[in-house]
Amino acid sequence: MKTGIVVFPGTWSDRDCGHAVGDVLGQPARYIDHREERLDDLDLVILPGGFSYGDYLRCGAIARFAPVMEAVTDFANRGGLVLGICNGFQILQEARLLPGALLKNASCEFRCEWVNLRVEQSESAFTLDCRPGQVLRIPISHGEGNFFADPQTLDAIERNGQVVFRYCAPDGRVTAESNPNGSLGNIAGIANARGNVVGMMPHPERACEQLLGGSDGLAVFRSAIHALARVAV
Amino acid sequence: MTYRAEVFVTLKPVVNDPAGLTIKGGLHALGFDSVTDVRAGKYLVVTLDADDEGEARSRVDAMTQQLLANAVIEDYRIELRA
Repeated sequence: MKTGIVVFPGTWSDRDCGHAVGDVLGQPARYIDHREERLDDLDLVILPGGFSYGDYLRCGAIARFAPVMEAVTDFANRGGLVLGICNGFQILQEARLLPGALLKNASCEFRCEWVNLRVEQSESAFTLDCRPGQVLRIPISHGEGNFFADPQTLDAIERNGQVVFRYCAPDGRVTAESNPNGSLGNIAGIANARGNVVGMMPHPERACEQLLGGSDGLAVFRSAIHALARVAV
Repeated sequence: MTYRAEVFVTLKPVVNDPAGLTIKGGLHALGFDSVTDVRAGKYLVVTLDADDEGEARSRVDAMTQQLLANAVIEDYRIELRA
């Protein structure tokens, strides 16, 4: 799985993603400068977390117009696998590759903690290895992850099965207490209609080794490897 | 001709505004009990060159739609002065 990890000014989780994909999973990975315009050699593009362009104006609003984003959009439209994590999720929404927006956390606090995620959709490219209803333990680290969409859009996302992850209790129950940021429907991650583009607020790259507290995040990257193998067959 | 555009970006009424709610709570804590609602937004001042007011307005409108405001969650209003 040839993986490209996009680095904008202010991106901070690029090396964590590179470590997870390259060192832990042993897949070829390279960093992509925000000015690059060609992604033809890649199977997977990751937009990592961070504070691209200082989060000025709105999270992801400036990054969305970086030269590389035109190539990311073409790549996604051709069916290439794209994973946006945290700030990367915000950028994908600003670029209209995913629906909705991420508002300031309802608590107005930056939340940095482990959460439980219920897998709602096991057909997306990043959850193929999961069972529907499976609970993954993965950390979050954000101030603006409060998922919002207007009622019609939210209804369409739910009906199309585009909700990939919901914040839940350890036993999988979706409760108000397990929602760390006020997201509508406890939504933590969504896919586009085609299922090749996924955005999620939690950080799977930070949950790939027991040494770091857990390895549930590996399922996200392993699913992508299997999604690519399935296409190749 | 140089124009000065003031762009007011606000969350749509249907969008929750945690910052506004927190500010309202602060005002109540100070004893301003009459405050029933606070909405927080962004205020941008854009200075630009254009041939006339019509051109200036259409350019500020275009840049606001493209970048300064996110139509998914925000409304905007532009005030223009020469």
